[in-house]
Formats: sequence, C-alpha cells, structure tokens
Amino acid sequence: MDKLLHISGSPHVHSDESVKKIMWSVVLSLVPAFLVSVYYFGLPVIILTLVSIGCCVLFEYLIQRYMLHQKPSVDDGSAVVTGLLLAFNVPSSLPIWIMVVGALVAIGIAKMPYGGLGHNPFNPALVARVTLLIAFPVQMTTWPVPTPIWGFADAVTGPTTLGLIKEGGDLTQLPSYVDMLIGQMGGSFGEVSAIALLIGAAFLLWKRIITWHIPVSFIATVFIIAGIFHMANPAEYVNPMIHLLSGGLILGACFMATDMVTSPTSPWGMIVFGCGCGLLTIIIRIFGAYPEGVSFSILLMNAVVPLINKGFKPKQFAH
Amino acid sequence: MSNSKLNILTKGFFKENPTLILVLGCCPTLAVTTSVVNALGMGAATTFVLLMSNMLISALKNVIPDKVRIPSYIVIIATFVSMIDLLIQGFLPSLSASLGVFIPLIVVNCIVLGRAEAFANKNTVFDSLLDGLGMGIGFTIALTLIGGIREILGSGSFLGFQLIPAEYNMLIFVLAPGAFLVFGFVMAAVRYIVNKREEKKKHCAAE
Repeated sequence: MDKLLHISGSPHVHSDESVKKIMWSVVLSLVPAFLVSVYYFGLPVIILTLVSIGCCVLFEYLIQRYMLHQKPSVDDGSAVVTGLLLAFNVPSSLPIWIMVVGALVAIGIAKMPYGGLGHNPFNPALVARVTLLIAFPVQMTTWPVPTPIWGFADAVTGPTTLGLIKEGGDLTQLPSYVDMLIGQMGGSFGEVSAIALLIGAAFLLWKRIITWHIPVSFIATVFIIAGIFHMANPAEYVNPMIHLLSGGLILGACFMATDMVTSPTSPWGMIVFGCGCGLLTIIIRIFGAYPEGVSFSILLMNAVVPLINKGFKPKQFAH
Repeated sequence: MSNSKLNILTKGFFKENPTLILVLGCCPTLAVTTSVVNALGMGAATTFVLLMSNMLISALKNVIPDKVRIPSYIVIIATFVSMIDLLIQGFLPSLSASLGVFIPLIVVNCIVLGRAEAFANKNTVFDSLLDGLGMGIGFTIALTLIGGIREILGSGSFLGFQLIPAEYNMLIFVLAPGAFLVFGFVMAAVRYIVNKREEKKKHCAAE
C-alpha cells in the first residue's frame, strides 16, 4: 500500500509555525522585561501581571463558551499575550480592580465583539490601556519610583521622563542614559528597561515572528523628527536620545505595533505604518496634551491599516 | 382604541425605536446622555416638538405644495423648537444650561423631520399625533437607558443620588468615547432581543 502515491491539494510545503507557537514565543520574549520590572517595582508587578493574564484568559473563555457558544480557543495563548502586554502598560501602583476592568475592556470590547483573534482591527491591549487612561486619569498616571531592592516601601511616586519634560520641570532631574537603558526611571512597569525590551525584540526577529520594518521605521521617524526640533531649538526641545529611551516607544514599536493582526502585510506597507506611528507619536509628545503618545498613535494607525494594505498590494504573477 | 391605533402608538417604544432600531437622532443621543436628568429633559422636549409638528404637518398636508415641503416642515418644526427653547430657558434654567445648543438643534433632528416625511404627510391628524407621541416616548426611553448607564458608570450616581463612591467612577463614560461604547452595546442588546423574538415567531409559524 505504501507504494501508492499520495495526492493532496496545495499547499505542499508546510512550516511548523502555528498561532500557539508564535504566541508563546512572544510571551517568552517579554520575560526579560518582566524580570527587570519585578526587580525595580517588586511584588505588585507579579500580582498585576497574574491578575491581568488570568482575567483576559477567563473572560475570553467565558465569552466564547457562554455568549458565542464556540469551542473555547484560549489555549492558543493570544489572551495571555494581550494580558501580559496590558499589564506592561500600567503603573505598578494600579489598584487590582482597575486591572480587571482593563482585561474586560481588552477582551470584551476590543477583541471578541469583532470576532476574536485575527479579526480585531485594533490592538486589544492598547485599547484597554487607552480606555483605562481616560477612565482613571489619576490612578493611571501615578508613577512609583523604582527602588532596586525588594522594596515594599512603594509610597514614593515621581514623574516620568516625558511627564517632566511636558510640565516644563527641572530638566537636570532627567535620568541619565544608563538609567534609562537599564530601566531606572518612572513609568509603566514594562516599558522602563530599554535593554531588556531590545533583547526580547532581538529574539522575535531571530525567530522571524516580527520583521525589522515597523520597529525601525517607527523609532527612526521619532528620532529624526525629535532631532530636527532639538537642532532648531535645543533649549526647548530635548535630545532625541531621551525621546528614544523614554516612555513606551520601544515597547510599542517592537511588541505592540508589530502585532500581526493589526499591522499591514507588505514590507512597504509596514514602513508607511511605522513612519505614521512615529510621526503621530512625536506630534503628541511635543504638541499634544498628553506627555506620551505611543499608544494613541498606534491605535490611530491601526485604523488606516486596511487602506495601507490596499495601497501596497504585493505584485501578482501570472495575471 | 382599536388595535391598529394602539400599534401606531407602541411601535416607537421598541419595535421601531427611533434611536436604537432606526438609528435616527444620533447626535443628541451621543451628546446629551451624560446624565438621566439631561436625557429625560431632552426626551421630553423632543417629544413635545414631535407631537406638535406631526399634528400640524398632517393637518396642512393638503395645503403644502410638494416641491417646497421640506422648507415648510423646517419652518413648522423651528416654530415649536423656539417655543420649547424659550419655555425651558424661562422655567428650567439649569436644564437649559446643561443641554445648551442641543435644544435649538432639535430643528435638524432627523427623527422629527423623518416622521414628518415618512408618516405625518400621509396619515390623518390623530394617527400622526399617536405616532409622534410613540416615537417621542421611544426616543426618551432610549436616551434614559443610555443616560442611566453612563451616569451610573461615569459619575456613580442615578438622577443625582450618589450610589458608588467617587474613586470607583470611570470618567470615560461621561466623555464622548463612553457615549459611543454604551450606544453600541445597548444597540447590540436590543438587536439581540429583536432577533430572538423574530426567530421565535418564525418557529411558531413553522409549527
């Protein structure tokens, strides 16, 4: 019998990639940043991350099981990634019940009503983050100061780097580049350490889960425009390196903007997407009311992804 | 009252709810539903205008030339809107302050013009009265529902009574994004109930 030829329809070449594998690789790539934030912000980081992931998975399971009457597909890990990224985008002093609300918004508003994984036009973690920012402006912008021991005295709060710039505070208080690289600065707990995030991004690039187009064009646009402003008036506009290393730029550019579902499919489309994100980010940072604009800019660009995909169609052969 | 008359009155409550099923008058729905009081005030003002303009347009339907009917409707509607605007300014100044420009904007509310065009210029005065009343009540129900949800979640109160402590309030529901979110989910819920009902009816008919 095994002499018979097997005939099957295309595709004939298979890769061992699956949604599950990709999602767990993303989770793995975020571990360094997680460890750094545990080091700086202590126990609340672990609790908030577990609550966020747990609630995202639970809500997705409940909605699929009891509202959509589908077979739950939570084991694909996409809810875990959403929960992890959402947790990375909040300050470590956030009350736990707000984290639960955030998970509900991410899954119950931004993901499942559109049809679940692969159908959501906007990044669920970012929708939840922006919703929380508008709903709880005080709790979402109270930044604990990182204390690099297992410090439980987390009553001290301070401004973020970008907050300091926006409010025209004393610019000599800005953290040094080394501090910003390793994560010794105020901010959402997952975004502080540039090095840990870049290690994760390198892992994703090596695994070919993301390509270089979006992160590089995103970060380069921010850097170049911030550089032009800095050269024009160094007294008012800070060094572009500060824009690069502060806020959620690296986290957003490498892990949020590159979300496969909500980013363009073609290389040139990705570059346009990345440049658009960068442009909006720097406009919000310099001229906007909010000190940080990464999440808003990615969401705004998410909305035009169908248009970008239409404009940059891959070449059709044999047509 | 015969069954068909009752049907004209009640169809606006749910089955042909102007806001949630016909999706008319979205602008005031999104803008003024920050609290139940605002929603009720807006609903009452619109109901008054709907009722009066429907009646008058229905009575004048044979006199108004077809070519200039829309401007004529606008003049009639604007008359009643000016009346209710001045009344609210005079007797309920705080409501007038919180509703602001949205009372004068009832003139261009598509529910009022829509009912004039779709119903009042084809039906008798009494039917138009019932239709205007029903649609107005339906609009008020929808606004109050959305306003209630937004007030409870956004300011933690209902009709001004504090139910939830201020630290648990979600500011987003008082702002514009909350209006879109609540509107969308209420609409989805109503659609779900309507679909369920129709399925049941089909099921019964099949048996």
